[in-house]
Amino acid sequence: MIGWFIGWVSDWGDLVLRSIMTFGDFSLFVGRTFIWMFTRLPRSETIWPNFYQVGVSSLPVVALTGTFIGMVLALQSYYQFRQFGLETRLGAVINMTLVRELGPVLAATMLAGRVGSAMAAELGTMRVTEQIDALSAMGANPLRYLVVPRFLACLFLIPTLTVMADFMGVAGGHFYSVIYLEIDSFHYWNNSAEFVSNFDLFSGLFKSIFFGSAIALVSCYQGFNCKAGAEGVGRASTAAFVQSFVAILVLDFFLSIALDSVYFIIYPEGIG
Amino acid sequence: MMIEELLDEQHEAIVEVETLCVSFGVQEVLREINLKIPAGQTVALLGESGCGKTVLMKSIIGLVRPTSGHVRFDGEDINELNDRQLSHMRLRFGFVFQNAALFDSMTVGQNVAFPLRQHGRFTDRQIREMVLSRLSEVGLPDKVVFKKPAELSGGMRKRVGLARALIMNPELIMYDEPTTGLDPIMSDVINELIIRTRRRNPVTSIVVTHDMNTARKVADRVVMLLPTPRLENDEPQIIFDGSVAEMDACRDRRVQQFINGEAGERLMELRASQML
Repeated sequence: MIGWFIGWVSDWGDLVLRSIMTFGDFSLFVGRTFIWMFTRLPRSETIWPNFYQVGVSSLPVVALTGTFIGMVLALQSYYQFRQFGLETRLGAVINMTLVRELGPVLAATMLAGRVGSAMAAELGTMRVTEQIDALSAMGANPLRYLVVPRFLACLFLIPTLTVMADFMGVAGGHFYSVIYLEIDSFHYWNNSAEFVSNFDLFSGLFKSIFFGSAIALVSCYQGFNCKAGAEGVGRASTAAFVQSFVAILVLDFFLSIALDSVYFIIYPEGIG
Repeated sequence: MMIEELLDEQHEAIVEVETLCVSFGVQEVLREINLKIPAGQTVALLGESGCGKTVLMKSIIGLVRPTSGHVRFDGEDINELNDRQLSHMRLRFGFVFQNAALFDSMTVGQNVAFPLRQHGRFTDRQIREMVLSRLSEVGLPDKVVFKKPAELSGGMRKRVGLARALIMNPELIMYDEPTTGLDPIMSDVINELIIRTRRRNPVTSIVVTHDMNTARKVADRVVMLLPTPRLENDEPQIIFDGSVAEMDACRDRRVQQFINGEAGERLMELRASQML
């Protein structure tokens, strides 16, 4: 019994220690990335391909999922609202949910799945095949050459992807509500304009910047610390998506609390 | 004796490794390594797989941080340099990786030109001429410039890796198992290229290899390491340091086993494990 207890304490101690060391290592990785970003920008030929991958290549999938999320929101909310005769308020609910929460979270989730996993797999393969060591051996800093361009691409382009997700979601919601369910267009948009403020749009875009940063840093860190072999690359890729997704949801919660506090300071009369 | 004479009479040591220890977690890879390499010498690092040859070589250019000890290149401690100083110092090194480590998203030409674009201030025309000249030195035709590394054979990839390592005219060039995985003819081509590289440029070379033919053909000096678990208490990890002729005459059983490719006590260990 005592032996089992000692083993249990030892296992937990080991887990806690390893977690602290990983967090410390990740913090150093982030710190060194920021130092390189502010001291010497990467060369343009490393930046543009990443901007293309993150921005242009992600647009179709973000637009498509945004459209369907808008339509699903309309579909699910309509019958609830109809019971109370509040169908015309549908626009406010759909559009506010989209610009405050679903747009940024959806764009970030798509980015984590499409780009984050690919980043971890690409950098992991480079680690396993010694290409990252080769960069260092030739005097090129791998953080400046590989991580900073990916970080900048995610940081600057996730707001545009979020705008795309918001726009297509709003369009999808409008299509289903106004064209298919024949809700009055004037009241639909009038209610939307009354309840959705500029601050809602700003808060969605503001959160997306943090989501993009988290995706880039988590995915690049996983790639850089990839274990040997095909299994190592697969694990890094999976871990990049799972950890990015967890980071997006955790950040969403805390940033929403912070932004609501800011809103109440700016507009003491309350939301809406 | 020959090595000491070289040190005293010809050159100062350009590479100095002093009581270098490297461990990964609880696994000890290098134990108190002491090594001085004079400028212009070609040293073959020998030893069985897992003895830490590649780790030692990577420690010399700062790719692996030591647990303790010092590595000095031209008098400067590699591990006391900041990122920028280390990047600058690495311009003086060339490293040929075991599997060439070419960037597979780039063409051969872009791979070889990479160090020039990264650091040099050369025009596109100068870069093109230098790339073609280096590729021709390693016996590759101009037409490979536009190929991707995946389209090349193993021997061609190694030669592109060598061309890339030579492009900045390094003072120290390191080869990580340059002939591993190649047929005997291509192995000899690579050995010949290592010799020619040294003839053309006043370069110090470190060659990590298992291949006795390579060691005999290219090395002025042979250093042999033993894996740390096989060392007796307080025994140095470098079990032999001398010329190839001295190595052949060495009476140490472990050195002779390596030269002749004999399993020795490994067979006993294998039998013991099969009986369990």
